Amino acid sequence: MGVGMAEGAPYWMLWDELVVGGAHWSGLLRRGTTLRLTDVVGGGNVSALFYNYEDRLERYNMADTLKAQHTAYLTRSCVCYSDMGRVMCSITDDTCGWHDTLCGLTNAAMIRSKYGDARYQERRNEYHRNAYDGFLNELGKYGLGKRDLAANINFFSKVTADDEGNLRFHEGHSAAGSYVDLRFEMNTLVVLAACQHPLDPATDYRPREVRLTTWHSRPAPRNDLCRTRCPENERGFRNTEMWYR
Amino acid sequence: MPLKESSLDPLNAVRREIIPAGEPWMGSLKQGQRFRIVDLEGNQAIDTLFYSSASLDERYSAQDTIRAQGNIYLTAGTRLLSNEGNTMLTIVADTCGRHDTLGGACSAESNTVRYAIEKRHMHSCRDNFLLALTHWGAKYHRDIGKRDLASNINFFMNVPVTPQGKLTFADGISAAGRYVEMLAEMDVTVLISNCPQLNNPCNGYNPTPVEVLVWD
Repeated sequence: MGVGMAEGAPYWMLWDELVVGGAHWSGLLRRGTTLRLTDVVGGGNVSALFYNYEDRLERYNMADTLKAQHTAYLTRSCVCYSDMGRVMCSITDDTCGWHDTLCGLTNAAMIRSKYGDARYQERRNEYHRNAYDGFLNELGKYGLGKRDLAANINFFSKVTADDEGNLRFHEGHSAAGSYVDLRFEMNTLVVLAACQHPLDPATDYRPREVRLTTWHSRPAPRNDLCRTRCPENERGFRNTEMWYR
Repeated sequence: MPLKESSLDPLNAVRREIIPAGEPWMGSLKQGQRFRIVDLEGNQAIDTLFYSSASLDERYSAQDTIRAQGNIYLTAGTRLLSNEGNTMLTIVADTCGRHDTLGGACSAESNTVRYAIEKRHMHSCRDNFLLALTHWGAKYHRDIGKRDLASNINFFMNVPVTPQGKLTFADGISAAGRYVEMLAEMDVTVLISNCPQLNNPCNGYNPTPVEVLVWD
């Protein structure tokens, strides 16, 4: 039985955990396991970065992910590429439809100017947190730091660009209970921050909780949706499989 | 796309250098200096990164830059922001119209994904970046390497994104003699790869030299 799973949960379930709004989290997801991120109450955002657990110099690369798949956003059938041409994880299911890759994360100055001061001293664990410091906190545990912060993903957030390139944040994009499944193709250090999107126009500080649920899946089969999305992904999976031979 | 010309005379530049096709270049700018890159023959992608000379872990951030201006393309008026939210340089003139900061740099590994496994051995921007950083770091006793290769700018490169979220590498909109000019708002170190990519239209399938100029 898995850690933190309900009694009677199927044997292939691994563990589950609730990340409270504003909090940061990191952990190892192994090749052949799937992580489901669930936006429990809706309107959530999860900033995310990925590192090869065995060689942390290898990390998620926004540009290589986007240009290989000719997309500016992520959804079902997309994969996340490392800077070494390997598929780190695949999006095998997605009820949300669009995850932002472009807009970065919140930082202390932004949170202060948008939502005012809220220190630990007065607010205890309700103090205002930001994704940049959350990431530094988690990265520091593995000997990583500022220099290792790459361009991140924002799960559950939709930002589009018009024909002139102007960005638009889509409010109310993620419904309560929407989820995205990440099947890990490599042993991956996952770093998350359940903080509001930096372009969220909401005037109140209200980061939403996110549920993490994990299970044993399998490496991508030959006819896998993500593998067969485009010839680029076929080659990306080949590169990943070479790492494990 | 609004174009903006510069009044600076190349004859008064304190530094003028040609970067041959496919080669790296590194240089330093003092706060207040102007820095121009000229696309000498047209449609040449120039992969560029900036670091604060005082503290190399402060560096250009593509995501902070596009989020702050609410637009994915770089052009005259764009403030190039660091990961600390500080303005590193401001684009003060631009006769091309727009520049990319989403397409990243080519590498041996991404070439295997995008084109074919046997393209691994073709020359790439990341090879330029890594080699230039390694030599520069050794010469000036600075700790810098692969982890410092953040998402870069591709001057003169055209990577349109549609409202539906499709991203493509399109034919260039630059032409011979077009340039982009920046004002350094802090002391910055510039890292350039004059892109050697032959497999997509970013260089018009024909990489060519570019010129860099600096004015006090």
